[in-house]
Amino acid sequence: MMQLLLLLAISPLISGLIKTLKARMQTRRGPGVLQFYRDLYKLFRKGMVIPDTASWIFTAAPYIVFVTTLMAGLMLPMTSTKAPLDLFGGVLAIVYLLGLGRFFLALAGMDTGSSFGGLGSSREMTISALAEPAMMLAVFTVAIAANSTNLSEVARSAVGQNWRFFAPAQMLACAALYLVLIAETGRIPVDNPATHLELTMVHEAMILEYSGPHLALIEWAASMKQLVLMTLLVNVFWPFGLASGPSVPGALGGLGWLLLKLGLLSCSIVLVETTNAKLRLFRVPEMLAVAFTLGTLALVSTFLF
Amino acid sequence: MPSVEALFSVGLAVYLAGAVAGLAAWRRPAAARVAGFALALAGTLLQGAASAMALVQGAGATWTLPLGTALFPWTVRLDPLSAYFNLALAFLACAVSVYSFGYVRHMEGKKNVGTLVFFYNLLLLSLSLVFTAANAFSFLVAWEVMALVAYCLVSFEHEKAEARRAGVVFLVMSHAGTGLLLVAFLVLATTARSLDFARFHLLGSQLPLLDQGAVFLLFFLGFGVKAGIVPLHIWLPDAHPVAPSNVSALMSGIVIKTGIYGMARVFFDFFGPPPLWAGTVVLSIGVASALLGVLYALMEHDLKRLLAYHSIENIGIILMGFGAALVFRALGHGNLAAVALVAGLYHTFNHATFKGLLFLGAGSVLHGTGTRNMEHMGGLIRRMPATALFFLVGSVAISGLPPLNGFVSEWLTYQALLAGFGSTESLTRMMFPISGALLALTAALAAACFVKAFGIPFLALPRSEAAAAAKESPVSMQIGMGILAAGCVALGVGATWFVRLFDPITSQALGLRVSSSLVAANGLAMAAGTGRGGTVSTAGIAVLGLALGGIAAILVMLRSRGARRVSGPTWDCGLPGLTADNQYTATAFSKPLRMIFSALYRPRREIQAEYEVSPYYPTAIRFESDIEPTFEKRFYDPLQRSILELARRMRGIQAGSIHAYLAYIFVTLILLLLFGVRG
Repeated sequence: MMQLLLLLAISPLISGLIKTLKARMQTRRGPGVLQFYRDLYKLFRKGMVIPDTASWIFTAAPYIVFVTTLMAGLMLPMTSTKAPLDLFGGVLAIVYLLGLGRFFLALAGMDTGSSFGGLGSSREMTISALAEPAMMLAVFTVAIAANSTNLSEVARSAVGQNWRFFAPAQMLACAALYLVLIAETGRIPVDNPATHLELTMVHEAMILEYSGPHLALIEWAASMKQLVLMTLLVNVFWPFGLASGPSVPGALGGLGWLLLKLGLLSCSIVLVETTNAKLRLFRVPEMLAVAFTLGTLALVSTFLF
Repeated sequence: MPSVEALFSVGLAVYLAGAVAGLAAWRRPAAARVAGFALALAGTLLQGAASAMALVQGAGATWTLPLGTALFPWTVRLDPLSAYFNLALAFLACAVSVYSFGYVRHMEGKKNVGTLVFFYNLLLLSLSLVFTAANAFSFLVAWEVMALVAYCLVSFEHEKAEARRAGVVFLVMSHAGTGLLLVAFLVLATTARSLDFARFHLLGSQLPLLDQGAVFLLFFLGFGVKAGIVPLHIWLPDAHPVAPSNVSALMSGIVIKTGIYGMARVFFDFFGPPPLWAGTVVLSIGVASALLGVLYALMEHDLKRLLAYHSIENIGIILMGFGAALVFRALGHGNLAAVALVAGLYHTFNHATFKGLLFLGAGSVLHGTGTRNMEHMGGLIRRMPATALFFLVGSVAISGLPPLNGFVSEWLTYQALLAGFGSTESLTRMMFPISGALLALTAALAAACFVKAFGIPFLALPRSEAAAAAKESPVSMQIGMGILAAGCVALGVGATWFVRLFDPITSQALGLRVSSSLVAANGLAMAAGTGRGGTVSTAGIAVLGLALGGIAAILVMLRSRGARRVSGPTWDCGLPGLTADNQYTATAFSKPLRMIFSALYRPRREIQAEYEVSPYYPTAIRFESDIEPTFEKRFYDPLQRSILELARRMRGIQAGSIHAYLAYIFVTLILLLLFGVRG
């Protein structure tokens, strides 16, 4: 229950933080860290326009995306090594739950009948399909080390052996997962979260027809998905500060550490976003091939070193 | 309580009665249809009951049917493996038979419904005999009957050239495969001095090493033709779509599984622990089939051909499980082998369920619109809501998304592959995670493909008059699809219950029961079978998802109470009105992947624009695009040419002179005598 609220509460904060930091890097003032909360509040009170070509898929998709992302988040150890829904699934379930949400969002994009929706859906499915094997390899590397695909087990085993980040396998897998994170959350070299009507867009094209509470749900889910993937990265590869049992001070300490780690990761994402130009769509596979190679090397190095 | 033998034998007799009824009533199509499919349905229920009983009892019942001769008795054995495949057949065929009541109606007056009913029942009969035959003779006879009946059904719409061609290719490939099987069975039979399957148990591993490898490969390729593994798959995407849709569902759902059944029988019954390379080969072919199957599926716009390519993909996934099981067996990890085998077998049943469902859905769309080309469909979710819902369930299941059945078996496959990394110290271990990563790629591409396969036909605006005028299918077709959709949900959510059914099979094949290690938390969650491998709960995900979704919907409704909710036109960039021509097409949807994998596809594109004044204002554009059929062009065409060339040269010895022929006979006799004396 705590983690449910945590996911809902801090995901807009991270999104806002990234936006503000990015503005500062570009010597702009930016909208302020809390803008995302205000946007959500506003959207939930607005009316909705539903395209007349759309079917029930269009209405159902925001809820499916929202719920699957939320459940994926609950399978993740955030402040303590014990994930609330550990029994319900591990990292494979997380990947596939996010996949289920994406499946329906892509269908909803096509449901509107506009060419933008189809374009976004097509690109989203392509990029995510190419990101999947690299993600799996990175995840396998840690799962093999921990002998489990459940993240509580992974985190526990990582804490026990203390920090092994400088093991080549861990570093390579971390780099692979970082590239996947950039691709999956639609960050700059792959997609541009700041543009709306440009032919480069992917995620934004898919959700162009959404408005009001539906849009709020989708935006919130996208921000939670970003939080889930970022937490996955930081807690699997830098598992410090994770509380080992359910205690209030432990949870608070874990929360502090989590925010610190997420803040650092946000800074690095901002750096990447401001120093890179967006890639052409057909250059994205090259970047993901790099991620795949890194993942393979990570696995090879688990038994070479 | 009737015995397994009685139920099974009566079921066979009912199929036979259905076949006869079809022929007898061929002048009255409606009677032939109702009687034939009612008898088929009754047969599937009897067979299903018999198989389920045999599977639960776990002991194999063996008895003789009055079909064979004194020398070659027709022995039938319902051991757990046979019972499992026969259960999958009965379940799928039950739904397909219900569906057929409505589907075949539109053929009355146009086609000979009586013969369709005849071949349909005969196909079920021969499939059931293939799965249960207990000696090589009856197996091969049933196998041949099945191939011939399937040929007749593929070519059923023989007025179309593509159906005739597909039928011939199927027949040639099928017989090449049977030839390989025949040799392999003969080697085993001469060693065992018997045709009985019971005598073949573990016999493969007692052969000399070279023979062992040869027999293994012969079986693998022979059954692989039927299963549709790459590169022996070329007949499959031609043959499955041209058959009537209810038959396509059986072909893709269960006929190709006879190949999988044969492999399971050979790999885990006739062979003991095989050499390491055998498992490696099976695993690699599995990965190649899965990936190439889905990549070619992505380029298809013919709904049924797309589904047929996905069958190749799923056979690949099944073989990944089998291959891993073989490797583990070679390395002496019995428990892991059992988990991998369960993964492969579970996926077999799952694929029968969702692929059957999808083909029935495609048949329903074909019934409603009269076309298989997705580019002429669109917006069918409004006109065919039930078909759309069932097709969506099938799409989610085949994409391996939770909480449906495809996810469960893919999850088990991942767990088996992951555990494989720790099973050996050699470099072989890299194969497992790489296969796992490629399985992830396959599954993600399948999801992309089914966003297309559902989105283009069912969503947005209709792209043709036929799609705009489509009507929902009759109730019997909806019930048929509904049964399979319910199966997809049950096999997914109730996974922890279903894994128990594999205990008799694994204990027969490997002497191990693993279901207790595959279930955690009192049946709430699946476990990986290796102590700490991880857990997943599809039931939990489903229930929690529904609960959270309900809460979210209620909260949103309360929050936005009083807010406007209006329906309006889709944003059209200010142009006057959005039409179906503005929508993304199936070709456009798969374009990024066509570009990215162009090394494989070698796409060809041709654009011709006609204009009167300026090239910037074309009056008409003709666009053509296709991809190169690599296997046909690079492998089968040269093969075909060299066979024809060889035949042309051999024409020389057939001069038509009777003296020469007498000389040939004489020489052959002498040679045979020499062999006889030596032996």
